[in-house]
Amino acid sequence: MLTLERRPNPSRFWTAATPVLAVALTMIAGGILFALLGKNPVEAIRTIFWDPLFNPQFAAYSRPQLLVKAGPLILIAIGLSLGFRAGIWNIGAEGQYMMGAIFGAAVGLAFYPMEAWFILPLMVLAGAFGGWIWAMIPAILRTKFRTNEILVSLLLVYVAQSLLASMALGALRNPEGGGFPGSRNLSQYPSAANPELIAGTGMHWGVVAAILAVIAAYVLLQRHMLGFSIRLAGQAPRAARFAGVRPNLLVLICLGISGGLAGLAGLFEVAGPAGQISIDFGSGYGFTAIIVAFLGRLNPVGILLAGLLMALTYIGGELAQFMLGLPSAAIQAFQGMLLFFLLAVDLLSNYRIRLGKREVA
Amino acid sequence: MDLSAINPAVLVASLMVAAVPIMLAAIGELVVEKAGVLNLGVEGMMIMGAICGFVAAVETGSPVLGFFGGALGGAGLSLIFALLTQILMANQVATGLALTLFGLGLSSLIGQGYVGIKPPATGTVPFGPLAEIPILGTILFRHDPMVYLSVAVIAAVWWVLRYSRMGLVIRAVGENHDAAHALGYKVVRIRVLAILFGGAMAGMGGAYISLIRVPQWTDGITAGAGWIALAIVVFASWKPWRVLLGAYLFGGITVLQLNLQAAGARIPVEYLSMSPYLITILVLVIMSRDRGKGALAAPAALGRNFHASR
Repeated sequence: MLTLERRPNPSRFWTAATPVLAVALTMIAGGILFALLGKNPVEAIRTIFWDPLFNPQFAAYSRPQLLVKAGPLILIAIGLSLGFRAGIWNIGAEGQYMMGAIFGAAVGLAFYPMEAWFILPLMVLAGAFGGWIWAMIPAILRTKFRTNEILVSLLLVYVAQSLLASMALGALRNPEGGGFPGSRNLSQYPSAANPELIAGTGMHWGVVAAILAVIAAYVLLQRHMLGFSIRLAGQAPRAARFAGVRPNLLVLICLGISGGLAGLAGLFEVAGPAGQISIDFGSGYGFTAIIVAFLGRLNPVGILLAGLLMALTYIGGELAQFMLGLPSAAIQAFQGMLLFFLLAVDLLSNYRIRLGKREVA
Repeated sequence: MDLSAINPAVLVASLMVAAVPIMLAAIGELVVEKAGVLNLGVEGMMIMGAICGFVAAVETGSPVLGFFGGALGGAGLSLIFALLTQILMANQVATGLALTLFGLGLSSLIGQGYVGIKPPATGTVPFGPLAEIPILGTILFRHDPMVYLSVAVIAAVWWVLRYSRMGLVIRAVGENHDAAHALGYKVVRIRVLAILFGGAMAGMGGAYISLIRVPQWTDGITAGAGWIALAIVVFASWKPWRVLLGAYLFGGITVLQLNLQAAGARIPVEYLSMSPYLITILVLVIMSRDRGKGALAAPAALGRNFHASR
């Protein structure tokens, strides 16, 4: 019989190896899933993970898409990871992302059709503010009333969704849109657009912000007192209190940062790749970012890599949909499966598996 | 706006229907949490129940088998949660989230070919002359069997938790798993069974949405009902009858805002449709504000993993 023995410290080797193992296991299980759907599993896996990057026919289109999709995922996941480390669970990033887009787009559209250099920077501020204020609701409710931030932040996603719909149909609707829902296209309004910075790479300001966030989070966690407080609060809440960490302040900071970053992601998306506020603007980035944060081991560099990998599954998924008729939902199931395997093999970093029966003490 | 179009008896009757899915899911989750496990995957289990129940009912033509299918679907998904958190010691919060994400994807995958189909109709319970009583008949005696079953489940869970040996063991495991283990109770086994029960209830609740409430299949059909069920457990302070109260309260708000929409209220539709979520948040705040009581009601071992050698 197998028994588990708790390791005194998490194994360094397995902490690094588990994401790789989880990806491998997901590919196997995903292959089985695709086979059940009547597709050739090897072909499906190759189409998702290999063709977007290396197939000469598609790579020219899909390589830039990698950064476009990874940008918001990394930006949001970095913010989430700080809270997760401290045991503060913001899972409403999807709502904060939508609010960032609404606030940012509203500022941009207010200036239409004026052309000025300061419009995009102002929109960036408004976007971050929109996400921040939306995250402050669960944060303040938690600190003032001890309300569970998991439920509140999540319920606010549905509220944000309704707000988004009302904006697309009402206040922000394009007056020249012939009555169709949706705002003016910001990406065609030069002062408000978030364009590709280097042609053919997919690099836009959102990607720059994501890279800056990775660097900032790395410095914060390694070198700054706040980063130390966050790690301490997550690992030993009692010790943290004795060390002078104020839990309420930490909640406000962690939710604030993650909300602000999610809002930024929404703004950069609405001013760039998406272009407009529309009813179906919420794309699930806020939820997928949760997987990205865990897959990256809540570590900034890990999140950067995990974000790129998850972006690849999006692009590969689209390609598989187009080439093999694989339903788009398959990718979401695939991503969820990845998180399952990751959580399952995590056992290896925290426990040692022994053969033989446990001694009776 | 024409408020006279809203008939109070019909309103009460329809709020009872609207409350069924979250009532079933919440009472299941209550048992899970009483056993000391926090499963945040209710939304995922509900939507798996919704699609599995829908497929089962459409393929067999029987709504009864549909509800069985829904319960199986929910329980099947919760088995993954049980395996990960009870055997492999995974973090319960993260695993619950994974369950929801996976459930949303998988359900939409299974449901691909079922969009736009009508499920077989579930009849009402034939109460005969009772249903003809004015007002009371409309409110109490013209429902489908699940409305009565959901109330029966609440009563059964209340009785089991309060008076039976099994309930005592479940509560012991949820309050202090180390002590329960020392007394010789199989902590992991009890928790796995509780999780499966919670999954089956959530799945049945989901099946109610796709078979009776809506009745059709669309992606994301549960629309946050699972999260509201989780909130209702907090609202109920882990007491079964208050789950019933919470579910009816929420059902009432849902039905009222739909009626206001239909009556042509001046408030835009989007604001009306966000109201159930806002009011759930408000209720959570009120319940959590009362520090001592709220914190005491939660099972002490809630969310903590059990490992025997510790």
